[in-house]
Amino acid sequence: MVGLDLLEVDGVDVALSGRMILRDVNFRIDHGEFTGLIGSNGAGKTTLLRVLLGLQDVVRGRVLVHGAPMTRSNSSVGYVPQKVLFETDVPVRVRDFVALGIDGHRFGLARRSHHTDDLVDEMLESVEATSFANRRIGSLSGGEQQRVLIAHALVSKPELLLLDEPLANLDPGSAQEIIELLHSVVTDQHVAILLSAHEMNPLLPVMDRVVYVANGRVASGTTDEVVQPEVLSALYGHHVDVLRVHGRVLVVAGGDGHGDSLVADHPPVVVD
Amino acid sequence: MVRFLFEPGLFSNDTVRTALLLGALVSIVSGVVGVFTVLRGQSFAGHALTDVATAGGAGASLAALSPLVGFIGGGVIGAGAMDAIGVQRVKDRDVATGVVLGAATGLSALFLYLITLQTTTTGSTQSILFGSVFTVAPSTVPDVLVLSAVVLAGVTLIRRPLLMSSISPELAAARGVRLRVVGLIFMVMLAAAVGLSAIVIGSILSTALLIGPPASALRVASRLSHALVLACALGVAATWLGVVFAYDSYYWLGSGRGLPVSFFVVADVAAEFVVVSLVAWRRRQRTTALPESLTVPEQVGWV
Repeated sequence: MVGLDLLEVDGVDVALSGRMILRDVNFRIDHGEFTGLIGSNGAGKTTLLRVLLGLQDVVRGRVLVHGAPMTRSNSSVGYVPQKVLFETDVPVRVRDFVALGIDGHRFGLARRSHHTDDLVDEMLESVEATSFANRRIGSLSGGEQQRVLIAHALVSKPELLLLDEPLANLDPGSAQEIIELLHSVVTDQHVAILLSAHEMNPLLPVMDRVVYVANGRVASGTTDEVVQPEVLSALYGHHVDVLRVHGRVLVVAGGDGHGDSLVADHPPVVVD
Repeated sequence: MVRFLFEPGLFSNDTVRTALLLGALVSIVSGVVGVFTVLRGQSFAGHALTDVATAGGAGASLAALSPLVGFIGGGVIGAGAMDAIGVQRVKDRDVATGVVLGAATGLSALFLYLITLQTTTTGSTQSILFGSVFTVAPSTVPDVLVLSAVVLAGVTLIRRPLLMSSISPELAAARGVRLRVVGLIFMVMLAAAVGLSAIVIGSILSTALLIGPPASALRVASRLSHALVLACALGVAATWLGVVFAYDSYYWLGSGRGLPVSFFVVADVAAEFVVVSLVAWRRRQRTTALPESLTVPEQVGWV
């Protein structure tokens, strides 16, 4: 499919229970790119991911995968949802759960082969989950669980992996490990990643592009293109400053836009 | 001891042999369906279906139909009603279950009252509510066989999407699993399983066989196949022991009257749950215990 983007979102409007959540969303994702979907809580990141999965209808616009309209259960898109709570009594081991990523949606009898087992082992290896492959999924820590969910999503060999806030509820060390793991997924397995987060700083070293959601609209491009005062001010509809400190980015709202925005009577609101 | 457990004539008795066969079949169906019922958190729905089955069974008795027809017909209608009201969200599911349960219990009250007015059906109320595997007509056995096979085949076919939607509905939906379709098929299977076990231990007690052995199995099994096998084994053991005890109770009391078989089955299920829970607890104690090298003091006394 030379010449066609892996994913193209074209003029999409989304409404939830009659209320417009997202307007005129446009962005593209190409093969092997790491894209951050950045926005504060409630900005519509999960809704946008659900649109890309075909689980949420759009009011207007279209989502194209390889230039063709998106369908439900598209095997070229893998998904790691936010906050999956595994019950402790679920009689499913880590390796069983990863194998369900291949055929868990299919009716009928099992048709598992040595090839399947090898594929599962390979995936467990690639997310460094081999050491706890035989434990129940309900007994895992947050970081272990994210690894297993990623392996479950990758085992069906998707070209694009969507992750909804995979770093939320992880301690900084585990979050850093997951980011490095995902970076290696992009570079070694050539899978494109779209990852939603409310905090972009941990992702800055690995992000190729950013899709910034605010105020029901979206700005996309490279991090340097998008995370600019003019772009984000236009997006938010009021003035924001972008501060760069020690390689970190702070998006600060408030003030009158004349460089004295951080005065004490207008306490800064960190929206990023 | 063996002589005490197996009173004379136990295995040459046709009624007992039929009871053992029916008990095993129904326990296997309940075990398989029950594991998914517990995993999906639908124990309450399962119990409500027993009340619907009661209404169906009583209705069938009034209309002089086979109780199996009533149990299963009632259950399937109840399952459909719950799905129509809404079972996708946990809270809606609770409400749907409660509404159907209430309506069904009211209907049972009416039918069971009408039955008491008919002199020809004396004892029906007791047998519908609490059952007795000894009174099942041998002609019912082929029907039970066929229905059991249908339910087991059905659950086997939807097994993986069912498991996926039990682990995470969102993950399953994202892979294209039709949650509503899978949920409805499962509810019908659940209704059939409840109906089948109502035949053996009565509609009111069928929850015990549906939830008890699977709940025990899920305390210790770490693989689905192990949970299914263990739930079936515990169920079969409970019903068979129940049949044996009930048969023996004719001799214990010495008055020619035995105790109800359903009581023994349910008592066995409860005892199994206690024993398996203790085993699971001991296992956890052991895995969280100190490494072996640090637990020498106990050994010291023996030296």
